[in-house]
Amino acid sequence: MDWTLLLIQMLNGLQLGVLLFLLASGLTLVFGIMDFVNLAHGSFYMVGAFVCASLTFFTGNFLIGVILAIPVVALVGVITEKIVVQQLYARDHLDHVLATFGLILCFDTLVHMIWGAQGIAVPLPKWLDGQVELFGGIVFPTFRLLIIGTGLTIAFGLYYLVNHTRLGMLIRAGASNRTMVSALGVDIQLLFSLVFALGAVLAGLAGMLISPITEASIGMGNEIIITAFVVIIVGGIGSMKGAFIAAMIIGLIDTLGRSFLDDMFKVFMSAPAAETSAPAVSAMLIYILMAAILAVRPQGLFPPKVR
Amino acid sequence: MLKRTLLGVSLASLMAASAWGAEVKIGFVTTLTTPAAVIGKDMQDAVNLAVEHMGGKMGDLDINVIFEDDGFKPEIGKQKTDKLVKQDDVTFVTGFIWSHVLLASRKSALDGGKFLISSNAGPSQLAGKLCHENFFSTSWQNDQTPMAMGEVLNQQGVNSIYVMAPNYAAGKNMVAGVKRTFKGEIKGTDFTKWGKDAQLDFSAELAKAKASGAEGIFVFYPGKAGGAFIKQYQQQGLQGKVPLYSVFTVDAIALPKLQAAKFEGVLGSRMTQFWDPTLDNPQNKKFVDGFKAKYGKYPSFYAAQSYDTMYLIKSAVEAVNGDLSNMDGMRAAMKKANFPSVRGEFTYGNNHMPVQNFYLREVVKDGDGTWTTKVVKTVFENHQDVYAKDCPMK
Amino acid sequence: MSDTPLNGATPRSSGLLSGWTATTWATAICLVLLAVVPPVSFYAGQPFHVDLATRLVCLSIAAVSLNLILGYGGMVSFGHAAFIGIGAYSVGIPAYHATYGEFDLIASYNGWFHIALALVVSAIFAAITGAISLRTRGVYFIMITMAFGQMVFFLFVSMETYGGDDGLTIDVRSELPLIDLDKPLQLYFLCYGSLLGALFIVHRMVNSRFGMAIQGAKGNELRMQSIGYNTYVYRLVAYIISGAMCGYAGFLLGNFTTFISPEMMDWTRSGELMFMVILGGAATLVGPILGAVAFILLEEILSGFTIYWHLPFGVLLILCVLFARGGLMGFVSQWGRRNG
Repeated sequence: MDWTLLLIQMLNGLQLGVLLFLLASGLTLVFGIMDFVNLAHGSFYMVGAFVCASLTFFTGNFLIGVILAIPVVALVGVITEKIVVQQLYARDHLDHVLATFGLILCFDTLVHMIWGAQGIAVPLPKWLDGQVELFGGIVFPTFRLLIIGTGLTIAFGLYYLVNHTRLGMLIRAGASNRTMVSALGVDIQLLFSLVFALGAVLAGLAGMLISPITEASIGMGNEIIITAFVVIIVGGIGSMKGAFIAAMIIGLIDTLGRSFLDDMFKVFMSAPAAETSAPAVSAMLIYILMAAILAVRPQGLFPPKVR
Repeated sequence: MLKRTLLGVSLASLMAASAWGAEVKIGFVTTLTTPAAVIGKDMQDAVNLAVEHMGGKMGDLDINVIFEDDGFKPEIGKQKTDKLVKQDDVTFVTGFIWSHVLLASRKSALDGGKFLISSNAGPSQLAGKLCHENFFSTSWQNDQTPMAMGEVLNQQGVNSIYVMAPNYAAGKNMVAGVKRTFKGEIKGTDFTKWGKDAQLDFSAELAKAKASGAEGIFVFYPGKAGGAFIKQYQQQGLQGKVPLYSVFTVDAIALPKLQAAKFEGVLGSRMTQFWDPTLDNPQNKKFVDGFKAKYGKYPSFYAAQSYDTMYLIKSAVEAVNGDLSNMDGMRAAMKKANFPSVRGEFTYGNNHMPVQNFYLREVVKDGDGTWTTKVVKTVFENHQDVYAKDCPMK
Repeated sequence: MSDTPLNGATPRSSGLLSGWTATTWATAICLVLLAVVPPVSFYAGQPFHVDLATRLVCLSIAAVSLNLILGYGGMVSFGHAAFIGIGAYSVGIPAYHATYGEFDLIASYNGWFHIALALVVSAIFAAITGAISLRTRGVYFIMITMAFGQMVFFLFVSMETYGGDDGLTIDVRSELPLIDLDKPLQLYFLCYGSLLGALFIVHRMVNSRFGMAIQGAKGNELRMQSIGYNTYVYRLVAYIISGAMCGYAGFLLGNFTTFISPEMMDWTRSGELMFMVILGGAATLVGPILGAVAFILLEEILSGFTIYWHLPFGVLLILCVLFARGGLMGFVSQWGRRNG
């Protein structure tokens, strides 16, 4: 076993986990408080990436692009909430799934119409574009380290927000007993809009962070949103702690699966068969994990205490 | 006044003529939605340019091209082919970026008694066992371009490479191709998820490639994955340490985007190809200049092949004087490859795949500072694919 | 919240035999049109319409099967497309081996064998996944069924022999006595007959004691349990029947397209099936058929119109969820009540 490679892959897994957490935290917040299933959450990831890409070219600096893109995504989130989502709170999950499925189609096509099909490659400032040498001669891309750092910072920020602020108190209260919160005279409408916009911003930020690595492209959110759902289901819907832990586990499993599964398969298969089946099986791993966890704990790893 | 009336009459008779079906119907299946639409758009642009250059006519027949979107899915591609064959009753079904879409649609077009012309995809099956008298290609067989790259690697004395490609029909062909000619060691192979939700983050695979100690990396990432790959290759610090050898990855679709994002690292990178915008022949000049003038960008090889497809069809239609029921006549005409091709002269093998040259190209800045490619040298002359011998046709 | 009926406006269709309400009329008209239009347009020189109708009827069977658990049983399965895939590969894999050798045990062109394989494998898969999924509720159920669907999707992607991601072309269609599936009209009427069969099965089931039990469990599970029903077992049996029926739809679809790929089990396909059920009217007999017809015609018309057709399509989807509760059948029964 090559230990340096293993460590690098664990860092890669951590980076994926952090991105998943940014998406999943918004999902789980929205679900926990509004009991709303939002398949179109991945669209904010895409919108974030595109807005940030345009602003990066406009201002000439990626970081300024990110800072300016955040309020734009928040606005898109609020508008979506006002026009469509608000009408759906009183409906059941099936209606949520179908309507937000429709939203995905709308967002994907609108982005296609506005930015074209080709996608946008986002340039990074020079100091972020290189690599740094970590302990033990491990060389790792600077920007991926920045993603990990940003993600962990936001995770702590959310932890503080949820546990030590008035908004957080309402969020926690809303997650366990919604009617009670509104009975206490809180402007529930405003709270919902705020939380939805916060979720959109977190997803958008994840999209902005990934865009210099892959690029901003149509439908980029549709694959990762399913993984993000797996994260919140495994973690227990409504639980921030669960989302964080599950995101890390799934990020690691996915990356390590992609890296080492084909070598493991070669032990009992021909090399070409292993090379083609390993990626698919590693993609299956997270679903197998999810089914296994739900079979034992139907409410996920960390279900919120009162529902 | 009289003149006007006459004009009116002749116009009316012209319209009557086209209403009588004096047109050649061409079905063009390509990808117009999903991010891969950027390729489909380039092909569509080239076809429209060709129609314009032909004055809207093939012989006496009006050209009617019906574009259909395969949505990057084999199943949809087949449905659209069925529609073109059964509802629109086209004479030629063409287009096809993706090998798996072409393989899925093959039966519908050929069983329907239509000509099937690939403007890009070149899966090994269609060159070999499944070759068909009514199937032609204006591109290449998938294995050929990477075989040329394998030859380049040998010439440069590269001893070992790491191979990466998407997990679909063409990806497997590309890898098979480079392995066929490359004499050194393959340190590892990764196939990554493809399709509309293709994997675009290659961190794990690039880390493996780096750790493997290979002297070079060979990749095949068409469309948007190409740009993403190049960027990560640079960000991971492989640039200048482990040279990159690619096929169909750095093209006229990726380059403007990379230039906009100032990815200087891609300048000087080399790839093999059957065609280049700088190839010196009148047809290519007409095509490249016309394309740049009309669309303000360099055409990609996808566009070049689509442009050629239209001229191949034109040669067939004119050979039979517009008698579209004469399939044998049109087939015989196409077999001669007797049309001006942007790649210069070429011939068709027994399997109706082009026997043609392959060049080594390099990414350079042109006179205006736009990033494009130029030919470095010829790698293969009149190269025929290896599957031709499996094709029962003579 | 998830206890509210999916379509409060729609009265339960009271059965084909007891009086001709607007719903019954709709049912009859719909079925007659499906029987008449395809052969007429075939002989009128529009064979492509038969293709369209065949695909439509195959997907209708799948939607009818989903309606059994989603509409009547309240089990929102987001992975139903997996059964279509299993059914289609039950044709493709034996035919592949019959053509190219190896694996003689299952190599066969025999249609009965393909049907049996489709039914049995779908039922087994439904039994296993259902047993696990039905332990969960609400959104967990939606997501775990999707996860199982994705598992099957990736399983077929990983099977290199059968084309993996590229899919598999079926060179020889299933061989059945009396009918020749290579003839479009014969294939169509097999599908149409199967659809009638599926409707009959669902109709009988829903109006049986068994059907009352699963509908009761949808409304109030605790009550059903307290009067002595083991709702888990009832739901599981419904899930298995629905899965097997959908697998059979896959058998037909595979024979129709003669090309199968993992793409047909993508989660978006499951979403489309759900949409067909809701669009037509959940928990109504022919609602899913109306939904499938509307869905496919809309897709066909809009996509011919512009490459941006997903936008109006998506907007319609949202509008339909927001305002057309009860789906198309809801409109029909409302109209029926207004006009006596």
